[in-house]
Amino acid sequence: MYGRQRALQPVDLTLEPNQITALLGENGAGKSTLLGILATLISPSSGEVLYHAPGNVALEDQALRRTIGVIAHDSFCYGDLTGRENLSFFSRLYRVADAMKRTDALLARVGIEAAADRPARTYSRGMMQRLAVARALIHSPAILLCDEPFTGLDRSGVQMFSQILREERGRGAIVLVVTHEFEAIAGLVDRVLVLSRGALVHDGPAPSACTAVEIERIYTSAQRLRAPSAAGTGKG
Amino acid sequence: MSVVREVALLLWKDVVVELRAKELLFGTVFFGAILVLIFAFAFYGGERPPVDVMSGVLWVAIALSGTLAIGRAFEREREGNTLRALLLAPISRSSLYLSKLIAIALLMAIVELVVAVLLSFMLHASLIEHVLSLAALLLLGTVGFGAVASLFGAALGRARSRDVLLPLLVYPLSVPVLIAGTRATTALLLGEDASFWLKFLLVYDAIFISIGVWVFEPVAVSE
Amino acid sequence: MKRLGPFYLLCLAVAVIGLAICPTLVVLAPRETTMGFVQKIFYYHVQSAWLCFMAVFVCAGGSAAYLFGKSEAGDRVAVAGGELAVLFGICTLVTGPLWARKAWGAYWQWDVRLTTTLLLLMIFVAYLFSRRYGGPGSKKLAAGLALFGAADVPLIYLSVSIWRTIHPKTTVVSSLQPGMRGPFWAAFATFACLFVVLFGMRMALERSRAKLDELYLAAEDAGLLDGDA
Repeated sequence: MYGRQRALQPVDLTLEPNQITALLGENGAGKSTLLGILATLISPSSGEVLYHAPGNVALEDQALRRTIGVIAHDSFCYGDLTGRENLSFFSRLYRVADAMKRTDALLARVGIEAAADRPARTYSRGMMQRLAVARALIHSPAILLCDEPFTGLDRSGVQMFSQILREERGRGAIVLVVTHEFEAIAGLVDRVLVLSRGALVHDGPAPSACTAVEIERIYTSAQRLRAPSAAGTGKG
Repeated sequence: MSVVREVALLLWKDVVVELRAKELLFGTVFFGAILVLIFAFAFYGGERPPVDVMSGVLWVAIALSGTLAIGRAFEREREGNTLRALLLAPISRSSLYLSKLIAIALLMAIVELVVAVLLSFMLHASLIEHVLSLAALLLLGTVGFGAVASLFGAALGRARSRDVLLPLLVYPLSVPVLIAGTRATTALLLGEDASFWLKFLLVYDAIFISIGVWVFEPVAVSE
Repeated sequence: MKRLGPFYLLCLAVAVIGLAICPTLVVLAPRETTMGFVQKIFYYHVQSAWLCFMAVFVCAGGSAAYLFGKSEAGDRVAVAGGELAVLFGICTLVTGPLWARKAWGAYWQWDVRLTTTLLLLMIFVAYLFSRRYGGPGSKKLAAGLALFGAADVPLIYLSVSIWRTIHPKTTVVSSLQPGMRGPFWAAFATFACLFVVLFGMRMALERSRAKLDELYLAAEDAGLLDGDA
């Protein structure tokens, strides 16, 4: 909280596995703050986040960070390392078993194996984003947090990424996608959240006819509401 | 044990990145060399300058180029916001701090070698005769300086005026290192005993690395 | 200012009365033979120096509480301490050279106490800088600096004292003439109470600021304000 602005109002929220949740909101609505809190990078000024592993074990610190994968605006990759080196470095940081195989599989999955041994600095915006996706998935995270993951991806990249998100959902992951691109998440998401001025103004299942138009309709109607804030804790 | 493994991994990454980019190494070494030149022009009036000047030049060069190196090392981690990626990774924060400290010490060792050789040639400092003690002294001094600078280099990540703030925060805190370094170098050059200052630096390093490890998590991580 | 405790009021009273009386006491105190009138700076200088160091430890303590106990009150203690450290540090460094000019023949000597105080002042000026310009997270950055700074004091002292092996003799409190003790301790009591008063005011200011933020947010939640702050 800087000065008198509160980035985020109290949010009471439970994210479920096997679900892709879309988080919508205008710039400065508090999406990044919420994501930062869920990713353990920002400690909330009040309230708490509870993470439960299967079997309802509460996780902390390093064990917790191992279950979270983040795709952000930034690539989180080193320009001077090759795509393969980036992945192999992070796979070792995350202590992935059989790192070599996992690296190769992911390079193929995101379609950059041809450029795998070039420094990432030489990648186009789209290839860099593909590498960022592979990096976030390297340890098969139970919680996948994506901040505008579609930026920079071309049409085939968007399709590839949507397919990956479906696979992650099928694997049982909690997937949260922050985006402005309703077209990209049409037919993909299970649940829609809308943040406005730091408050959660909409939380509901995706429309049955999950088209971009329908999602936009939810978004604009939720924007008009300025819901009174609910006290409580955020749970994930 | 896992800290050692993590530090080694992070260090390997820093070294590979630097070997590719070479920018930090060339930049800092060249900067150190230019500093020696500037000091030579400023102090060298035909006669061999007093020993005090030699050790002063050496340590001022270390402090200035060290700040440059630390600032740039963390700037690099900001490019793809990889510092954030490292903070998200399941490694202990101490590993991150220690690996940066060691990486800086390695880099500075090369810079110091060049600066010392230049000093010997250009200002006729007889540094070669005390190579081992001098190496130990430089190592301890650099680690002490790095212990302070690495913490604040990482912590200043989000500040707009970090380039101004870094030296402002680091220099006053590392005055004991500079005093100990210059006094010990002078003592070595005069053939006197410098063991007190070596022990002093050892204590300084121990204290500041401990505090650094201790406060790195709360200071540099959460927002 | 409704929550002023009796201790605070007592300190306020002592500070006010002391500031009125002490100059007279100081003038009436015996004139020191070698230094003459200049010696009287002593009644301001020593107190300032002690309280400067005191403020440093207050600041470091508050910072530790803030960093490790996540205590916002700790942060308020630290700001107040940091600012007082700079204030009293400046007092020390202004009064010191006035005396030194007469005693040592130069405004500045690399005396261990002078140098240590100077460096300490620089560290805490840097502390205030980093709070002001440190960007998001600057409070934590500054708190780390305060801890480093406090730990650095003994090392600075040790290194400077050995670096300057021949340091000028300074008269110590225990060697004061009997007639000087009264004014000395009266001045100390005054300064200490002034310290408490300033500290309390600074804390109250920060508390009000936090309270104002809270109310502002509450008003915003209640829909009394239009979101954009």
